[in-house]
Amino acid sequence: MTLAELADRVRTRYPDVAVARDEVTVVVGREELLEALGALRLELGLDSMVSVTATDWPGRDPRFWVAYELYSNEHRHRLRVKVGLSEDDARIPSVTAAFPTADWHERETYDFYGIVFEGHPDLRRILLPEDWEGWPLRKTEELGGVNTRFHGAFIPPVDRRST
Amino acid sequence: MPVERLEGFQTGRTTQEDEQELKRGLLLTTVERAVNWARKQSMWPVTFGLACCAIEMMATGAGDYDLSRWGMELFRASPRQADLMIVAGRVSQKMAPVLRTVYDQMPEPKWVISMGVCVSAGGMFTNYAIVQGVDTIVPVDIYVPGCPPKPEMLMYGILRLHEKVRTQGHIT
Repeated sequence: MTLAELADRVRTRYPDVAVARDEVTVVVGREELLEALGALRLELGLDSMVSVTATDWPGRDPRFWVAYELYSNEHRHRLRVKVGLSEDDARIPSVTAAFPTADWHERETYDFYGIVFEGHPDLRRILLPEDWEGWPLRKTEELGGVNTRFHGAFIPPVDRRST
Repeated sequence: MPVERLEGFQTGRTTQEDEQELKRGLLLTTVERAVNWARKQSMWPVTFGLACCAIEMMATGAGDYDLSRWGMELFRASPRQADLMIVAGRVSQKMAPVLRTVYDQMPEPKWVISMGVCVSAGGMFTNYAIVQGVDTIVPVDIYVPGCPPKPEMLMYGILRLHEKVRTQGHIT
């Protein structure tokens, strides 16, 4: 199945499909996500969840885009499913029931963007220290070195230390 | 034995005086100087390679650069058997408590070499993930610059540390 054919097949059910740089992307709504993933798995053999991640666009609505990268082991084609989330309601249903491999990916996305995956069995930070405050990959986070957070001690980064 | 080789004993006398002492078959020094010399001559580094600097550290210990010339080619896997920690590679915020635990487990006296710019000041990683200078967590004796430092640079740092141990060490 070529990219155009794949895009056409997806478009019959979910009209918002884009083909760019040899990649097919479909945008679905938050409430139809689980249903869409199930249908894509059944009809197009997209049975493997390769990655779950997000992007941040401050000042726009939707601000966050959660991206699910799907792969078909049978047909060897790929599809990206994207869901837009607004800033004040960054919640999305978890897909761990259908794709157990999404477990740690969703935790990572939560860890860095603060997007809450509702229904996730164990939604806590995975890479950052557990007592970390903030969501470091949001574009609104301050760039540069951060204070050393160690046993309650706060030591500023080198460029902000007084000599 | 040639008198120059006695330099390491730090007898506190000139080589001529040492020669006189040797002729009498007697060599005097202080306990502190002898102990410091012994400590300097047999350091036990703990393995603490965290990133690319560790590759250079391993190269320093291997045949080409031959750290065993100073009696410290063997990196101990247990901090309880070591007295020198060469922090080689960027320290992430999450690694910081682990690093401190390893340091605390080392018996006194102990020394720390901060190898490379990432360990010393964060380096290119001026972001949320990396500790901006390992001296915010453990006391550092020698900073070795470079990204990563060549084995010669690490060896120079080690020799400077030896000098520090020999001249500034204390027996407590």
